[in-house]
Amino acid sequence: MSKEIYLKTPLKTDELVSLNIGDKVFITGILYTARDAVHKKLFALLEKKEPLPFSLVGQVIYYVGPSPAKPGDPIGSAGPTTSYRMDKYAPALLDLGLKAMIGKGVRSKEVKEAVVRNKAVYFIAVGGAGALLAQTIKASKVIAYDELGAEALREITVENFPCFVGLDTKGNDLYEQGVATYQIHEETI
Amino acid sequence: MKEITISTIINTVEKLCIDANYYIGKDVTDCMKANLEKEESPVGKEILSQILENNSLAAEKQIPMCQDTGVAVIFLEVGQEVHIVGGSLQEAIHEGVRRGYEKGYLRKSMVYDPIMERKNTKDNTPAIIYTDIVPGDTMKITIAPKGAGSENMSELRMMTPSDGMEGVIQFVVDKVKRASGNPCPPVVVGVGLGGNFEQSALLAKKALLRPLGSRHTEQKFADLERTLLEKINKLGIGPMGLGGRITALDVHIETMACHIASMPVAINIQCHASRHKTVIL
Ligand code: SF4
Repeated sequence: MSKEIYLKTPLKTDELVSLNIGDKVFITGILYTARDAVHKKLFALLEKKEPLPFSLVGQVIYYVGPSPAKPGDPIGSAGPTTSYRMDKYAPALLDLGLKAMIGKGVRSKEVKEAVVRNKAVYFIAVGGAGALLAQTIKASKVIAYDELGAEALREITVENFPCFVGLDTKGNDLYEQGVATYQIHEETI
Repeated sequence: MKEITISTIINTVEKLCIDANYYIGKDVTDCMKANLEKEESPVGKEILSQILENNSLAAEKQIPMCQDTGVAVIFLEVGQEVHIVGGSLQEAIHEGVRRGYEKGYLRKSMVYDPIMERKNTKDNTPAIIYTDIVPGDTMKITIAPKGAGSENMSELRMMTPSDGMEGVIQFVVDKVKRASGNPCPPVVVGVGLGGNFEQSALLAKKALLRPLGSRHTEQKFADLERTLLEKINKLGIGPMGLGGRITALDVHIETMACHIASMPVAINIQCHASRHKTVIL
């Protein structure tokens, strides 16, 4: 872990270019939650050249489908879902101004290229740490597609949401470099 | 003849669904703590500490440790001297799941059909139920909620006898490598060796129910479990796939006889949220 950095959304490019893979980042501000179903719907809107339910510029999408909130809580358990299912959609959203995505798991070559091209970042949150991450979520409201239940598009307010820089603006990939650092080669495996 | 009522079964399943999702097993916590000591990557260490903190927060606040509260997989061992009264056993299990997922604020993640509309069933049913009839007058109910992140990284291969031990090792290690960070490592790897096509998959799933640190009863397979664990932890994948020493917490193999011409091998990957709870009625 190189550094600990505190960021506020909307994100600014000059803050992002100084981030390096492995940095531990705490995000405060608004995040938008979306998974497969919402991405499909956003894409349908883009194809019809209709406006999206929120402006993408400088924003962060968190790939999550939370569990239901208990009475008195803003949200239920809320850890990241696997990102590769959104790879098909991410480059176009990044080209429209999206500045960061939060999820878990490796991304495609196309996503990496779009991250570099747009000086954006891919953050990784700890999968299966939904109870812990939920403690940093202070408010949550559905802004579209309520019928999707857990998968609805939500605007959530977070305070010091912990994550790691997975892909940085220079094209470094923590998955590749992290594994290369700790791999022990054998004659035959 | 011992009587067990449908309402007892419903209530038991309801509670099991909730408990399995709120409270991680002590074997997992102990194993995670031991591995935190062994992990060398700073990012990896931080991830393992977050997981430990997450799991104790979930228990304390009584919320699911992970938002993917999974498919409700139920294993029943019904004593042949048990008489079930008051309705259908299958329906009772589904009803228990329905109530547990609602009352426990668990996420409902089942869709009616896999490819057409994928409409949510809204109550996390149907459960997936396996029933064994065994000697005795008790009923053992186990629930193992299984998230999709790790289930999607599982695989079954009809290998041939000539692939041998080397082939099996290669398949298992390579599978964990290809799964990389997707199944939320550190993982538990369940391997089903033998049987036939569908039996091997079931063996792999049952292997995940064994307590972490336990070994196959036969020495040669216990050794194979150790070998696989060692090789997997040399991959460098580490916690969440971000690099490190601890890729797997354990490898469990379950075995069965098979046809002279086959060697079915199934791999069921389990994420660190290794949830299962059992009650004996
Ligand atoms: S793989 Fe397991 S820990 Fe990770 S998100 Fe899915 S259920 Fe949760």
